[in-house]
Amino acid sequence: MTMTTRAPGRHLPGAGTPEASAIEHARAEMLQEAKPRGRTRIGADVVCESLLRQGVDVIFGYPGGVLLPLYDVLGDYPQLRHVLVRHEQGAAHAADGYARVTGQVGVCLATSGPGATNLVTGIANAMLDSVPMVAITGNVAAALLGKDAFQEIDITGITLPMTKHNYLVRDANDLPHVFAEAFHIARTGRPGPVHIDITKDALQQETRAQHPDEETVLAAIPGFRPTYDGHPRQLRLAAKMIDEATRPVILAGHGILLAGASDQLRAFAERAQIPVAHTLLGVGAMDETHPLEYGYMGMHGWKHVNRAIQSADLLIALGMRFDDRVTGKVSTYATGARIIHVDIDPAEIGKNVSVDVPIVGDVGRVLTALTPLVAERRPADRAAYFEQLAAWRRESESRSWHGSGAWRDGLLSADYVVEQIGAAANYDATLVADVGQNQMWVARYGGFRRPDSHLSSGGLGTMGYALPAAMGAAVGRPDKETWAICGDGGFQMTMQQLGTLVQEHIPVKIAVLDNTKLGMIRQWQELIYAGNYHSAHLLGPDYLKLAEAYGIPAFRATTPDEVPTAIAAAQAVDGPALVHFRIADEQNVFPFMPAGKGLSDLIEEWGGADE
Amino acid sequence: MSDPVTSAAAPTGAPATPASAPSPARPAAAAPATNAERAIPGTGTAHRHVLVAVVNNRPGVLNRVANLFRARNFNIESLAVGHTERPDVSRMTITLRGDDVAVEQAAKQLYKLIDVLKVQDVTAEPRIEHELALIKVRATNSTRAEVLKVVELYKGRVVDVAADSVIVEATGTEDEIDALVALVGGFGIKEMVRTGSTVMVRGPQVVEYEGVAK
Repeated sequence: MTMTTRAPGRHLPGAGTPEASAIEHARAEMLQEAKPRGRTRIGADVVCESLLRQGVDVIFGYPGGVLLPLYDVLGDYPQLRHVLVRHEQGAAHAADGYARVTGQVGVCLATSGPGATNLVTGIANAMLDSVPMVAITGNVAAALLGKDAFQEIDITGITLPMTKHNYLVRDANDLPHVFAEAFHIARTGRPGPVHIDITKDALQQETRAQHPDEETVLAAIPGFRPTYDGHPRQLRLAAKMIDEATRPVILAGHGILLAGASDQLRAFAERAQIPVAHTLLGVGAMDETHPLEYGYMGMHGWKHVNRAIQSADLLIALGMRFDDRVTGKVSTYATGARIIHVDIDPAEIGKNVSVDVPIVGDVGRVLTALTPLVAERRPADRAAYFEQLAAWRRESESRSWHGSGAWRDGLLSADYVVEQIGAAANYDATLVADVGQNQMWVARYGGFRRPDSHLSSGGLGTMGYALPAAMGAAVGRPDKETWAICGDGGFQMTMQQLGTLVQEHIPVKIAVLDNTKLGMIRQWQELIYAGNYHSAHLLGPDYLKLAEAYGIPAFRATTPDEVPTAIAAAQAVDGPALVHFRIADEQNVFPFMPAGKGLSDLIEEWGGADE
Repeated sequence: MSDPVTSAAAPTGAPATPASAPSPARPAAAAPATNAERAIPGTGTAHRHVLVAVVNNRPGVLNRVANLFRARNFNIESLAVGHTERPDVSRMTITLRGDDVAVEQAAKQLYKLIDVLKVQDVTAEPRIEHELALIKVRATNSTRAEVLKVVELYKGRVVDVAADSVIVEATGTEDEIDALVALVGGFGIKEMVRTGSTVMVRGPQVVEYEGVAK
């Protein structure tokens, strides 16, 4: 009633100005979709062209109001496969999984507001694990930015601290350059996610802007010049230190995989005869059956590995960052060791531990240059050292394997399940871990023989990562069997993606390690919080019925002898399948370094009454 | 079941199997050469550092820089930003306290921002480091002459006069301005604003960086 008495436009601050008319126009457009344009080239076309020019063949996305101009033209680019996820977090994790197994930049797409904020966890995950990704979001029309319009949020403000770089594009003419630059930044140097936020009017705007060549892109970012080759003086210093060392250990991290430097690592280790320990994300950097591969380090690493590190006189850190899960208490970390640290990111060197020889560069190129500088050795030259290492290894493997002893009571032991999956897939499958106990079991017992076969949310520790990341991994490497190995907690966080697997025919095999617990929480509560098990128990659905509701074949194993059959049955399915492993309720991951303690303070206990 | 923390500290509960014999965490044969603690970067003596950052003159760059310092837990004392001889480039002077390693880490993190073209720690360089202050000082008929005299002695400038106050403009080092503020403080300061330090290295040398296109 009152509205009719007011003059039209009265509500608009600054009515009559061009800015006000633009805002009014944008509001009208948001309420009433613009009629499909004639087939002129618009911003949305530029997005698709850019993706194709960058070699993208799949995007993981979810539509929304401001993205409709893009979805309107997507069908005109059949070379771009669009995987419709069930939640945007899954789109980001899928792009992450795709990137990790292919080495290509993963691409995810979400609408403004909640779509964009749902992506955030996945972007942060990619940031902390240095995964190359381009995340695209739509935003409201430029004139409405800052007006708290429907589904508007300052998403570039949100992603700023968790991306290598981000963009807000309001003009379609900027799109070709922004996309070329974004892909360059995402994949160059230390990889990472780049976020592009595009206003709806930019997607709809006609443009004739041409795609830039490589030179133009480089010239525009003089502030981004990664160093690839190690400084010759530093290399000589490192070689001398390596030749002098009697108890050296290589610490292989994610950088080896990101640089594709597994061959260089092996050649270096073999020439200098140095054992290789790996971080969580360095799993697969070296074939685990290689005689110089020594194992997984850190909080839940093997005791023999941590012992070797603590007693080393030289640590050669390759593409790793001395995370607190790796070092424990820094003041007691490998106090007798000098440290050579190779990383492409200069900010990682000297960040967490002080370093004796810093080398900034691509770890593959550094190793290629360093290997001929070090003295060639034979295993016999290190006989005493290797004997000690072997003795420690025998001791620690005899203790930690099947740590809970649950299997002796006929209960299912998670490490046994993981080991069986690895073996059944001939150690060639991509195993994607979730976060928590399952993650440690996968890293310890999966049996990895090749790079990029182990995916894990290392830095951020994102529960719910496994299923959507496995989705992306299976799309990226359809030639490899792909398993998502989750706990019942993590699986329930992102199990909506079962729908995606079915609709998109993605043959992920899902292993739910169900102890009806948030296992790692329960473990800490048992060991640190005097058994105060608040919120550790987790009610789950009937996983077989759940899978059945989606038309996914599902199998169950509750005893050790059912495990191989259940795995084989899932493998025989042409498409996604689920196996519900009802594991022991209270199995712990050992060894275990309580937070705040040092690597020499591992708890290595036989849990359970059977021992 | 025994208390897990206790039993873990003294692992005696295991039965007598050969593998379970407790062994020292660090065998004597492989004892490290030193028992010294490993130094934790950034825990040395903190002192004042002055960083120059040359950045692209684009929207949001200041936000990126400021946010980085916040996120990485570095405390900025002052940050001054303005145009340079090139319209596409801005220059920041950042003063902060920290030990050498921590400040080097801050500089490295800054360098990772795509819009940052150059970072230089000029703490050890001979330099001109000035800031500008505007101080509104209480000045009545009885005190105005005295205020003006103090300001003149300190090479300040009175840029506005009102019935009961004057605005004093001063440029100089942080210490010089602190001294002036202390002196005029006796008359009563109604309002004050300071820009924070801007810095330039003395002599022919300049902060060099790769140019931007566009």
